[in-house]
Amino acid sequence: MTLKNARVGDTVKVLRVEGEGPIRRRIMDLGITKGVEIYVRKVAPLGDPFELTVRGYELSVRKDDAKMVLVEKVSLGANEKGEKKNVD
Amino acid sequence: MSIKIALVGNPNSGKTTLFNALTGSNQYVGNWPGVTVEKKEGRIKWNKEVILTDLPGIYSLSPYTPEEIVARNYLVEEHPSAIINIVDGTNLERNLYLTTQLFDFGIPMVIAINFMDIVEKRGIKLDLSKLSKSLGCPVIEISALKSKGIKEVALEAISVSSLRDERKKRIFSSAVEGALEKIGEVVASSYIEENELRWLSVKLFERDDEIMAHINLSDDKKAKIEEIISSLEKSYDDDSVEIITSERYDYVTKIVDKRTRGKEKMSVSDKIDKIVTNRFLAIPLFALIMFAVYYIAIGSLGAFLTDFMNDTLFGEWIIPSVTALLEKLEVAPWLVGLIADGAIGGVGAVLGFVPQMLILFLLLSILEDCGYMSRIAFIMDRVFRRFGLSGKSFIPMLIASGCGVPGIMASRTIEQQNDRKITIMTTGFIPCSAKMPIVSFVAGYILGGGWRGALVSTGAYFIGIAAVVCSGIILKKFKAFAGHPSPFVMELPEYHLPAAKNVFKSTFDRGWGFIKRAGTVILIASVLIWIGQNVSLESTSEAELSVNEDGSFVTDGEGNYVSGVHAHLIYGEDGSVVGYEKTEHKGLHFIENGCTSKSVLQVVGECVALAFKPLGFGDSWEASVATILGLVAKEEVVGAIGTMSDGGLETSSEEFFDGSFLKGISFMIFNLLCAPCFAAIGAIKNEMNNRKWTWATLGYMTGLAYAASLVTYQIGILFRWGSFSFWTVVAFVVLAVFLYLLFKPAKFSIIDTCKRIFRKKEKANK
Repeated sequence: MTLKNARVGDTVKVLRVEGEGPIRRRIMDLGITKGVEIYVRKVAPLGDPFELTVRGYELSVRKDDAKMVLVEKVSLGANEKGEKKNVD
Repeated sequence: MSIKIALVGNPNSGKTTLFNALTGSNQYVGNWPGVTVEKKEGRIKWNKEVILTDLPGIYSLSPYTPEEIVARNYLVEEHPSAIINIVDGTNLERNLYLTTQLFDFGIPMVIAINFMDIVEKRGIKLDLSKLSKSLGCPVIEISALKSKGIKEVALEAISVSSLRDERKKRIFSSAVEGALEKIGEVVASSYIEENELRWLSVKLFERDDEIMAHINLSDDKKAKIEEIISSLEKSYDDDSVEIITSERYDYVTKIVDKRTRGKEKMSVSDKIDKIVTNRFLAIPLFALIMFAVYYIAIGSLGAFLTDFMNDTLFGEWIIPSVTALLEKLEVAPWLVGLIADGAIGGVGAVLGFVPQMLILFLLLSILEDCGYMSRIAFIMDRVFRRFGLSGKSFIPMLIASGCGVPGIMASRTIEQQNDRKITIMTTGFIPCSAKMPIVSFVAGYILGGGWRGALVSTGAYFIGIAAVVCSGIILKKFKAFAGHPSPFVMELPEYHLPAAKNVFKSTFDRGWGFIKRAGTVILIASVLIWIGQNVSLESTSEAELSVNEDGSFVTDGEGNYVSGVHAHLIYGEDGSVVGYEKTEHKGLHFIENGCTSKSVLQVVGECVALAFKPLGFGDSWEASVATILGLVAKEEVVGAIGTMSDGGLETSSEEFFDGSFLKGISFMIFNLLCAPCFAAIGAIKNEMNNRKWTWATLGYMTGLAYAASLVTYQIGILFRWGSFSFWTVVAFVVLAVFLYLLFKPAKFSIIDTCKRIFRKKEKANK
C-alpha cells in the first residue's frame, strides 16, 4: 500500500520512496526514509492534505505526494474497527 | 581583517530572532541577486569586525529551491570562516540532518540549540557534552528569544573560525565512505582544495548534474565514477540518493536521544487544532477570524486613521500650510502646484493607506507568529491546488481584497518559487478596496442601480476570482513555471504566544518598505502625472481681454480688472490699465486657469483612446485619461471622471459612455484587471526582484484585461445590436485561444510524468 491509503490514527512503516527528482528528494530530506515510522495525525477539513508525525515533528503532505511513499501498516487507527489493533 | 560567519538553519528554528539579537540595528537587508530571496547581513553588536550573513531558512542543501541554491552557493563560493548552525531542540532529528550536510563543506561550525526551555518542560534533559562529542563541534544551548546564550555562540564561532576544520567526519557506513573515497581519488587534482573534495565526492555520488557539468570531467573519469556508484547501488538495492539520505538520518538517529521525539499525549497545540482544523468548524472559524482582522484593519480603526491621514493631515494641514509657505516665499505658481498638489498630494494619497496597512500587518504578523497562518494554508490547500496553486497562495489573495500592496508582499511566505511568482502575478486581480468605487460607479450611474447594478457588483468579485483561477491554470502550463515542482510539504508548528519583538519588527519592516517606495516610485509617478495634467504642447495666441464700448477694460463687481487668459495687463503711471499684451503660448507651457489648450495628458488620452476603441469606451478620451490616472491610485478613476464631466458623475454616463451599459461593463472589467496602481507595481517589482518579471506581470495583467473587455464588449454588441465587424472576429479568436490554453493538457508537468512512471512501476509489480 502507499501512504495515501493510510487512515487517520494509523502508524505505518516506510518501505520505499518511489518517483524521482526533486519531489522525491524533498520527501526524503524531510525525514521520510526507508524504515521510519509515520503516524497519521489528521486530515484537513476538505480531505487533503494529511498531517503526519515523522521523527517527532509534524508535517503536512498532499495525498498526491503521499502516493509516492510505499508503506506497510504497523498499527491501525483507533477509529478503524472500533479499537487499536496490532497487525504485525 | 573582518571575519565572515554564516548563520544556517531550518525555517522556524528561530534563526531570524538570533540574527536580530546578535546584530541589533546593524543590518543590511536586500535580495540575493536574481532571486526573490531576502538577503540579510549585519555586524555583530559588540564586535564590528564580524560580519554575520543570515542564509535563508532551509531543510536541506539538495538543492532544488532558490533558497537552497543561494545557501549552497554562498557556502561554496564565499568561504565563510565559520558557520553558526541553529538547531530547533524540539525537532532535533530533522534539524541535524541539515547539520550532516553542512559537515561536508569542511567549514568550522558551532551548533546553537534553540527552544531548550520547551524541551525541558517536557521533562527531557539533553546531554550536550555527549552530543558535542559525537558531532565533533561545540554545542551551545540558547534561547534566541530571551537572548540567552547568544554571546557564547558568537564568541565560540569567532574562536573556531581561526581553526581549520581538521576533524574528518565519517558519518556514513564503511561501504559508502569507501565509495566516496574512491570518487575523491578519481577527481582529486591540484585545483580542488582538500576540504572541498568531500563535498564534491558526495555530490558526484548523488549524480548531481549541475556539479557534474561544472567540474568538467573527462568521459573516462565519468565512467569510473558511474561504475563506483552503480556497484554500490546494486549491493544496496537502492539508488545513491536514497542511500545517502537514509544514512544521514541513520547517523542522526544514533546520536540523538530518542526521548526528544517526545509528545505522546495530547499537547495544548493538539487540543487547539482539534477545534481549529475540525472538519466542520475549521472554515467558519477561519471566516470569523478573517472578518475580525478586516473589521479592525480596514473597516473601523483603519478606516478612521486613513480618513484622518487623507482628509485632515494631508488635506487640511500639510498641503495648505506648504502652499501658504511657498506662496510667502514667492515661488512661481506652477512650482507651488507641482510641489503641493503633484508631489505631496500624490505621495499623500498613497501614504494615507499606511495606518490601514500597519494595522493589517500587525494583525497578520500575530496570526503568523502564533502558528495560525500555516493552519489556513493547511485548510485551504485542497481548493487552491485545483488550479495549480497551493494553500499558501490564499493568504496574499485574502489580504489583497483589502489592499493589493500588503497582499503582494505576503506572497513572500510561499516557498515554491513558481507558486510565488504566479501568486504575485495574479494577486492584483482581486478587487481591492480602492477599486470598489469603480464598481459602484458603473453599477450605480451607468446601469442605474437596481438588480442590474447589484448583479454587476457581485460579478466584479467573480471576475477577479475567475481571473486568478484561470491564470493559475494557464500560467502553470508555461515552461517558465514548470521548473522544478516541489511538493507541498509544510510544517505545522506548535501554537505559541506571539513574541512582541518579532511581531513589531516584522510590522515595522513591511511598513517601512512601503513608505520607502512611496518616496521613490510613487513620488516620481505622481509628479509626472501632475505635469501631464498641467502642461500643454498646443500653441495658442488669442487674447481674451474684453473691452467696454467706451474703450475701458471690463472690471468685475469689485472694480478689479478682469485679466484675460492670455493677456498681460499693462499698467499706466497712475496704476490704471492702459493696455494689454497678447501672450503667445508656443511649445511647452503651463496651463493657467481657464486655458483652453489641450494638456499633455489629454493628448495621451486621445492616443490611448484609439487602443480602447474596440473595447467600447475609447470613444471618449476622458475614459482613457481616467484609466491612466488609475495608475496613481484606483480611486482616481472615478474621481477623474467626476472632475472632467460637466455635470459631475450624474451626467458622465451619457457624456463618456453614451449611456451604454456594455461600454460601462467593459470599462469596469478593464479597470479591475489591468495593471495595478504604482504602489502595487512597486510591490511587484520588490517581490519579483527582477525587471523582466515585473514587466511580464504588468503585461500579462493588462493583456488579460484587454482580452476580457474585448470579448465582453464585442460579443455583447453582437448579441444586443447584431453589429458585426473585424473586431468581432478578433474577439472570437481571442476567446478560442483563451479556452484552448485553459483546457489543453499541460505538456511540461513533471508531476504527471512522475505519475506515469509510478503507474508503470505499479503495473510491473503486479
